[in-house]
Amino acid sequence: MKHVLLAAIVTLFGLQAFAIDRAPAFEDPAMQARYERLARELRCLVCRSETIADSNAQLAVDLRRQLRELMAAGKSDQEILQYMTDRYGDYVLYKPPVAPRTWLLWAAPALLVVGGGIAAAIVISRKSKLPDTDPSDPGLGAS
Amino acid sequence: MIKYLVPIGLFAALVGFLYFGLGRDKQTLPSPLIGKPAPIFELTRLDDPSKTFSNREFAGKPYVLNVWGTWCVGCRQEHGALLEIARRGEVPIVGLNWNDDRQQALSWLQQLGDPYVVSAFDGEGRVAIDWGVYGAPETFLIGADGKVLKKHIAPITVQIWEQEFVPLLAQARAVSP
Repeated sequence: MKHVLLAAIVTLFGLQAFAIDRAPAFEDPAMQARYERLARELRCLVCRSETIADSNAQLAVDLRRQLRELMAAGKSDQEILQYMTDRYGDYVLYKPPVAPRTWLLWAAPALLVVGGGIAAAIVISRKSKLPDTDPSDPGLGAS
Repeated sequence: MIKYLVPIGLFAALVGFLYFGLGRDKQTLPSPLIGKPAPIFELTRLDDPSKTFSNREFAGKPYVLNVWGTWCVGCRQEHGALLEIARRGEVPIVGLNWNDDRQQALSWLQQLGDPYVVSAFDGEGRVAIDWGVYGAPETFLIGADGKVLKKHIAPITVQIWEQEFVPLLAQARAVSP
C-alpha cells in the first residue's frame, strides 16, 4: 500500500521536477530559470497546443537550441521574442500581444462577465416582480 | 414577438460563427515573411559536402524554395508534382533538405527523380528556422528582387501551382533588384 501511495505521489507531482533537456542548459540557476520561462512562452508550431518546453518534436528541439544560443549571445527577452515573431508570426507566442486586432480577444473575458451580469440582473429583477405562486412557501413577511 | 427575436438572433449569430469556423483553415499559419526579403543562407550542397550553395546565387532571378525531408510523408506525396513543375521549367526549384540524413536524401532523389536545380543540406534545421519553416513540405516563391512572394504549406499539386503560383510569376520576374 505504501508503495502504491508513493507511486501515486511521484506520478502526480513528479512532473514538476522534469527538466526540459537532458542536462541543464545553463550552469547559472538564474539563466536556467529564465531559459525555462522563455521556453514556456513559445509555441511549438507543429504541435500547436504545446510549448517548446513541453514538446520533443524536432522543431521544438531546434527552437530550444536557438533560444539557448540567443540567450548565450546576451539577447534580451524582448529581442528573443521579437526574433521568433519575425520568423513565425505572433502565433509563436503563447501570450498574444495586445494590439487593435487582439483587443476583442483580450476583452472577451470581461465582456462575457459583464454581459452575463447584465443578463442575470435583468432576469432576477423581472422574476422578483412576479407574484409568489408557490403555495408551500409562506413567503418573507406577508406580501 | 420581439421577446423571441433576441435569442433567435443570438442563436443565428452563433451558428454563423461556427459555420465560418468550420470552413477556416486552421493548419496553415500566415507567414510574416511575405513581402519581406528572403533570408540569405549558405549551406553545403546535398550532393557534395565540400561545396557550398548560397541563395545569393539567385540574386536578380526568381526561384522556388521547397523544404523537404525523407522523413516527411507529404514530401513523397508532392514529389510527382514537383517533377512536373520542374519539367515545365518556368522557374528553377531549389531544395532545402531539412533535418535529414544525407545518404537517405540522396537515394530518395535517385529513386524518385530530382526536381531540384540544387539541394542545400540543412542538417541542423538552422536555415529552416530563419525561414519560419514549421512543417515540411513548404514551398516558397521568391521574386527577382529577393522578396518572398508566396508560401505554400502542405504538399503542392500541379493544380495549386497553376492557380496560386503561376499568376505571380510575371510579378516575380518583373522586378529587377
